[in-house]
Amino acid sequence: MGKTFKTIDEAVIRFAGDSGDGMQLTGGRFTETTAIVGNDLSTLPDFPAEIRAPAGSLAGVSAFQLKFSSKDIHTPGDKPDVLVAMNPAALKVHQKDLIPGGTMIINTDAFVKKNLNFAGYESNPIEDGSLDDYFTVIPIEMNKMVKAACEGLDLNGKLVLRTKNFFALGVLFYMYDRPLDATENWLKKKFAGKDAIIEANTKAMHAGYNYADTTEIFTTRYKVEKASLPAGTYRNINGNLATSLGLLAASERSGLDIFLGSYPITPASDILHTLSTWKHFGVKTFQAEDEIAGVTSAIGAAYSGNLAVTTTSGPGIALKGEAIGLAIMTELPLVVINVQRGGPSTGLPTKTEQSDLNQALYGRNGEAPMPVIAAATPGDCFYAAYEACRVAITHMTPVMLLTDGYLANGSEPWNIPEVKELDPIEVNFADKLNADGDFLPYMRDEKTLARPWAIPGTPELEHRVGGIETAENTGHVSYDPENHHKMVTLRQEKVERVKNDLPKTEIFGENSGDLLILSWGGTYGACRSAAETLQEQGNKVSHVHIRWISPLPKDLGEILIHFKNILIPEINLGQLLRLIRSEYLVDAKGLNLVRGRPIGAATIVETVKNTLG
Amino acid sequence: MSEIKETQLTKKDFVSDQAVRWCPGCGDYAILAQAQKQMPTFGRKKEDIVFVSGIGCSSRFPYYMNTYGFHSIHGRAPALATGVKIANPDLSVWVVTGDGDGLSIGGNHFMHALRRNMDLNILMFNNRIYGLTKGQYSPTSEVGKVTKATPYGSIDIPLNPPSLALGAQATFVARTIDRWQKHLAEMMEKSYNHDGGSFVEIYQNCNIFNDGAFEEYTGSEKFDNVIDLKHGEPMLFAKDTKGIKLDGSTAMVVEMEKHSIDDILIHDETNLDLAHIIANWTSNPDLPEPIGVIYCIDKPTYNQDMVDQINFAKEKKGEGSVQDLLNAGDTWTVS
Repeated sequence: MGKTFKTIDEAVIRFAGDSGDGMQLTGGRFTETTAIVGNDLSTLPDFPAEIRAPAGSLAGVSAFQLKFSSKDIHTPGDKPDVLVAMNPAALKVHQKDLIPGGTMIINTDAFVKKNLNFAGYESNPIEDGSLDDYFTVIPIEMNKMVKAACEGLDLNGKLVLRTKNFFALGVLFYMYDRPLDATENWLKKKFAGKDAIIEANTKAMHAGYNYADTTEIFTTRYKVEKASLPAGTYRNINGNLATSLGLLAASERSGLDIFLGSYPITPASDILHTLSTWKHFGVKTFQAEDEIAGVTSAIGAAYSGNLAVTTTSGPGIALKGEAIGLAIMTELPLVVINVQRGGPSTGLPTKTEQSDLNQALYGRNGEAPMPVIAAATPGDCFYAAYEACRVAITHMTPVMLLTDGYLANGSEPWNIPEVKELDPIEVNFADKLNADGDFLPYMRDEKTLARPWAIPGTPELEHRVGGIETAENTGHVSYDPENHHKMVTLRQEKVERVKNDLPKTEIFGENSGDLLILSWGGTYGACRSAAETLQEQGNKVSHVHIRWISPLPKDLGEILIHFKNILIPEINLGQLLRLIRSEYLVDAKGLNLVRGRPIGAATIVETVKNTLG
Repeated sequence: MSEIKETQLTKKDFVSDQAVRWCPGCGDYAILAQAQKQMPTFGRKKEDIVFVSGIGCSSRFPYYMNTYGFHSIHGRAPALATGVKIANPDLSVWVVTGDGDGLSIGGNHFMHALRRNMDLNILMFNNRIYGLTKGQYSPTSEVGKVTKATPYGSIDIPLNPPSLALGAQATFVARTIDRWQKHLAEMMEKSYNHDGGSFVEIYQNCNIFNDGAFEEYTGSEKFDNVIDLKHGEPMLFAKDTKGIKLDGSTAMVVEMEKHSIDDILIHDETNLDLAHIIANWTSNPDLPEPIGVIYCIDKPTYNQDMVDQINFAKEKKGEGSVQDLLNAGDTWTVS
């Protein structure tokens, strides 16, 4: 047809439209197909907190960004190459992000006066030439196209118009040479029994594909070859699903049933939803009356011998604080998961942030230390959740797992692990009295300082636990000053000893150099990409990512002193930064952007270059 | 046979080695003694019994019972006990709470535990005062009560615990009094035997901060001021010299000298409308204070429903394979 194929390493595309336009679904379909094609990929869903903001409004714009590549990538990309804008508001919100010369695929049928006014355009940007100097604009009358494609189907006009996202999807599938069959099969499953809907969407997608093929606007198609990823079986996975699977794997390897006490909250609810479908694995999910009941019921279940978990986001952690202190005091294994979102207060419920680190470390009354682990990528949520369970059980302590909205909803290809090859989780319930015929519920393991887990139903080990300070060994109530000091110290030391379990810290790059990028949590990908770019350009820059923030790894201090500069990018005002500065007395600097979005790799590269001068 | 003898527990087996630290003369002593006495009669192994409490004077209770016990945080005992029970439904789980712990800071958990018909035995010691914090008014204190926090008298309207419990869909609601030892024992037994959430309000005297709050129900005129409800029997009190007659939905006290027993209301603990009416007699100067089982019906419990649902899922889908689940969905292989 006279069209040329151009092979490129990677592409970043963004679908943007009204909340009702189905952008998350469209992005999801493109992602699945791209995963099957074998590219490495990373996604960034971005949607409003309102379920349905007024149609056409700026507040109601929903977007989905996807980067895919023939190389190993770590982020969903900074600026898209292609923007699909389904209405004026979507264009208004997202046009500034597109790379110069990028392609805009626009549904011109939505650019009517009312929508233009809503979006704050005084004249139609497609017609007034304001875009043409900067971008390649491809206007398509999508409403008209899908109406024609679906003619004759037994479907009302409104439903026909809803298929326009599949038209756009078809256009993109053509542009990047992706197969349609996976989406066709998905439609058949998703809308089983609704033949007209299946047919309409299938037709719309084909119409988009064929339109792009036929029209001369698209002169070039792009090929992104398969990525050479490590051998294995892969699937596409998002963070909340990976977290859920990690918990389930820990349940299997420990032999303990999961008890999840949880109260619905964005963006953590999907973990509750997912676990509740796994009843046949013996998973007990309890949707509690509030956040506090979520965590306290989990503490009760931990006391009774379950793998106890509570899931929430920052506002929920604030409510759970006192109860987490109780779990620390009674030294029971409990996994507390915070899928971080923008704060404070209600903040930005659907946006990502890393601003609950201080809350995780210090957000309780008294000296209340607990191990804190953070997941690095969507797929890593699996391992972080598994590890949180293992440490909780082995060390008899509550553990906080931090993920975030970006990891929770973002996705990437995931090399599926063998459950039987994961680190074992040993559970040793106390089952008999000590040699001297006594039972001491606060007697400690020499190595870990963990106390015995004696669950109700075990004969002769009846004992009482509680939130009042307990006497060493016996666990009786004690107000003795010396005992209190000793117990406060012991609880801190117990957390410190988790260090002994941790592997050597990996340094990406040289062991010394001009600058070290230090990261935690969801900024891993952007930091790793930035380090790659900087190293390729010959800079002496390395990257260290820390997984456990409490306790910090043993070898971190030794690593830090070998770099002239330390940069800590965080989506907060410098929470890890202050910890590192106070802990190691190093002059680390922060890169702190709190916009409810991931920090871009390009921003990190630029900051490093400025630092190095 | 010697084995059976060994499992026959006595009160002594339920007394822990901890010194009891309530104020001398506190009503809690009588309740503790009765619980320790009653537990062996239920035929349960000690290790299968768990006492969970919140914060307050009454919440020290678990420390004194030689069973499993958990002294948790303020108000949260019903939620924590819910987790204990769901994780191991074979346990006999008891919640000890007070009027402040259970109805104020923990009101939400109290209400929802009852709504779910979670098989917990909730014993609420109601002394109508905050004791542990030294004497502030509680959500059951009467209007006008002068306390440290209400020097001009309380302007808070008190809660009516049985009404609240009934409104929360409780399946077992009873009331008793610390000094009515036999009655207290009977209510504990009925609570234990009820398969589902049970709520027993226990009027308990705080001799330091609210002494004599229940004097009219425990003193020399107690039989004139209290009616002990018995399922299927006419509502008589004052040594059968008085009875309760219903005029529409309004209750009135009648002298038996002038009335036939046929005029007297028969207690039916399965009748929810009647239960609401009875609960409303609380602190009514014209009517005797109702004690005994106000309401008791059988309903499916949350804990059993959860077990059934898990079994159903296992039957329908088979025991799951975690590895298969990891490998589910669209996968591809890189070699």
